[in-house]
Amino acid sequence: MISRRLTTASFWFLAVLLLSLSWPVLAVQPDEILKDPVLEGRARVLSKELRCLVCQNQSIDDSDADLARDLRVLLRQRLKAGDSDQQARQYLVDRYGDYVLLNPPFKGGTIVLWVGPAVLLGLALLAAFLFLRRRAAGQTMVEAAAQPLSEQEQRRLDALLKDDKTP
Amino acid sequence: MIAETGQFALILALLVALVQGTIPMIGAARGDRAWMDLARPAAFAQFALVALAFAALTTCYVTSDFSVLNVVQNSHTDKPMIYKISGVWGNHEGSMLLWVFILAIYGMAVAAAGGNLPPALRARALAVQALIAVGFILFILTTSNPFTRIDPAPFNGNGLNPLLQDPGLAFHPPFLYLGYVGFSMAFSFAIAALIEGRVDAAWARWVRPWTLVAWCSLTLGIGLGSWWAYYTLGWGGWWYWDPVENASFMPWLAGTALLHSSIVVEKRDTLKAWSILLAIVAFSLSLLGTFLVRSGVLTSVHSFASDPARGVFVLGLLVLVTGGSLTLFAFRANQLKGGGLFAPLSREGSLLLNNVLMSTAAGTVLLGTLYPLFADALNLGKVSVGPPFFNAVFLPLMVPMVVTMGIGPLLQWKRGDLAGALGRLKLAFIAALLVAVGTWLVAGGSSGPLWAAGGLAIAAWLFVGTLVELAARIRLGRGPLGDALERLGQLPRSAWGMTITHASLAMVIVGITGSTAWKSEHIQVMRPGETVNVAGYEVTLQGTEDNIRGPNYSALRATFIARKGGDLVAVMKPEKRMYTQPPRPTTDAAIHTNLLGDLYVVIGDPDGSGGFVTRLYYNPLVPWIFMGAVFMVIGGLVSLTDRRYRVGAPLRTARAAAAAARG
Repeated sequence: MISRRLTTASFWFLAVLLLSLSWPVLAVQPDEILKDPVLEGRARVLSKELRCLVCQNQSIDDSDADLARDLRVLLRQRLKAGDSDQQARQYLVDRYGDYVLLNPPFKGGTIVLWVGPAVLLGLALLAAFLFLRRRAAGQTMVEAAAQPLSEQEQRRLDALLKDDKTP
Repeated sequence: MIAETGQFALILALLVALVQGTIPMIGAARGDRAWMDLARPAAFAQFALVALAFAALTTCYVTSDFSVLNVVQNSHTDKPMIYKISGVWGNHEGSMLLWVFILAIYGMAVAAAGGNLPPALRARALAVQALIAVGFILFILTTSNPFTRIDPAPFNGNGLNPLLQDPGLAFHPPFLYLGYVGFSMAFSFAIAALIEGRVDAAWARWVRPWTLVAWCSLTLGIGLGSWWAYYTLGWGGWWYWDPVENASFMPWLAGTALLHSSIVVEKRDTLKAWSILLAIVAFSLSLLGTFLVRSGVLTSVHSFASDPARGVFVLGLLVLVTGGSLTLFAFRANQLKGGGLFAPLSREGSLLLNNVLMSTAAGTVLLGTLYPLFADALNLGKVSVGPPFFNAVFLPLMVPMVVTMGIGPLLQWKRGDLAGALGRLKLAFIAALLVAVGTWLVAGGSSGPLWAAGGLAIAAWLFVGTLVELAARIRLGRGPLGDALERLGQLPRSAWGMTITHASLAMVIVGITGSTAWKSEHIQVMRPGETVNVAGYEVTLQGTEDNIRGPNYSALRATFIARKGGDLVAVMKPEKRMYTQPPRPTTDAAIHTNLLGDLYVVIGDPDGSGGFVTRLYYNPLVPWIFMGAVFMVIGGLVSLTDRRYRVGAPLRTARAAAAAARG
């Protein structure tokens, strides 16, 4: 919806600026806020983790889109009705799918996502370890042979040495 | 006529780049000096031509030439001059021209400052630069020409998105691109070194200043963008893990890793292949960032598929550059045998760990950013990957990293004494402990303090640890104070650079922790005269004025009075603006800072019965994030002025000494 409001050109503009496409908005409105501060606190925490489905990567807490407002109100209704955080979240997932969760759940489709960073770290550590061990095994703590000078460098060195003798 | 001149110059620049990309390369392979030396004048010519094209487009914008389609789409006569100029790069076509322009500036800088480079290395590096330019100029000319005319010319333009009419954002893209494109220098030198099959300390020394320039610019660019988001978007957030932000953060992480590994290449002649790989990766991630935001693939896979010309071109370029350079790397990497050996517990070892963590972090951000696209393409379902994911995986990587940052600089090269280093860090450890306990005691009871205490403690560890390293370096407390101070004065600038950047990271950590843990927010309807208490401030809505006229907007302006204990602290005037062209609303927050925190006031819609929705925030320690970023850049610049990079300086001194000896 936001992107529809933007012209193509200004969309590109926003995009290249590498910034969030968030609108300068007033997200949560005073009339939405629950009287009970504990419930409201829970609603705020929850709504930061729920995606505004029509926005680019914005939570319903940040977005001024109509849908985000509807979801905020809906979420608060669920909490007032006595839902636990988990039940309220599940209520929205049942209707909108996992897409509504900014914190993707750990399951079949997201294994790579959640395990990936640990695997990456493991691989990087393994590579560093192998590098160190190979080096240690190949040569003890002796300086490796210096690289021979290239022809050009040898010429330059000769010239410099010759220079040095002149004065 | 001016637009045609620009286009013609760009076509000529393409031809020059073609020559620059081939002849010197062949010359270097054959050892033909004349062919190699063609690279320098060609780089100058390419710069002049691209500059002419850029100047032509700028002229079209400044004079509001609405016979040029690009100007029509992105400008308006009512815009203040600064936004007419920033409008040049405020759109796809113009920003690509800026990209090529910056590439040409770097190419010219190498040609001008590279007098002491080995001719073959210089020729090859400039040739690689030119080949990148060929790709991007072709991209502009075939898919994104900013000089296209429109007939008949409309009476006025469509204007620029008001969100972007902002000083912070006017300069954000140029710095970002200086960073992105700056990594092309490290890349070109890496490819040149791979072709030669030779990487040594001298190579690292030539590449390092360019990487530093790129890194400083990218840091500043990201900082400006974050600052803009903070004061414009209206609720005081400064980082959203948005894909477009991630696109700039990935090259930053890889570039930071490269800066650190190139130290090892320079000082210890090892980690060579790894540094080359990082140079390739840093630039590839820059290209990937360009692809991600240019192709529309982020909005949705479908928008990419419906208008794929640009996306496919940049993707092709990305595959060619990354694939080609990695293939070359695979063939040549084993020739890059390192010299210096080191034990795992050593300065090199700690820098290696930095690299492991930084690369993993970059890989993680890449994974999280691209995962929704993969999941969608592979029918694994639509997934959102948002801030909770990134925070969860990023934190465990950054904590060991910051701990290492305290210890690493105190370890010796080759084989370090961990017990000795930790002994010296006693002070840092005590500071961290005190801060943790203090935070716990002062802020206890609220929901955040446990991890907030940890965040501040680790910042204290890093800050004090950095100072301990500085003290150890000048041998403070061992021998007379005067000697230590003298040594302080003689410290190389690169050492200062490290001290400043590491300490400023501590500042940033404090800012992130504080603003996340203790932000307070008050959203309500206020009538004029009403007062709300925000974090110890009494904030009164004094009144509102409607229909304030700006150059191209009208505004509702509110006046708030902030008092503390009855004393006037600040008069704050937030605005809600409506721009005329294009007609869009923006909010202009009023921020009062005392450097420890920001009072942040936003005026919203009237409620219809004399009241207004107001949002009052206290954002503690947020200024430290931005000050930290600025100090980081300063640290980088200080390091850049290190004596060993001042090209020719040693030579001159030697000559002066020789002259003195003769006299």
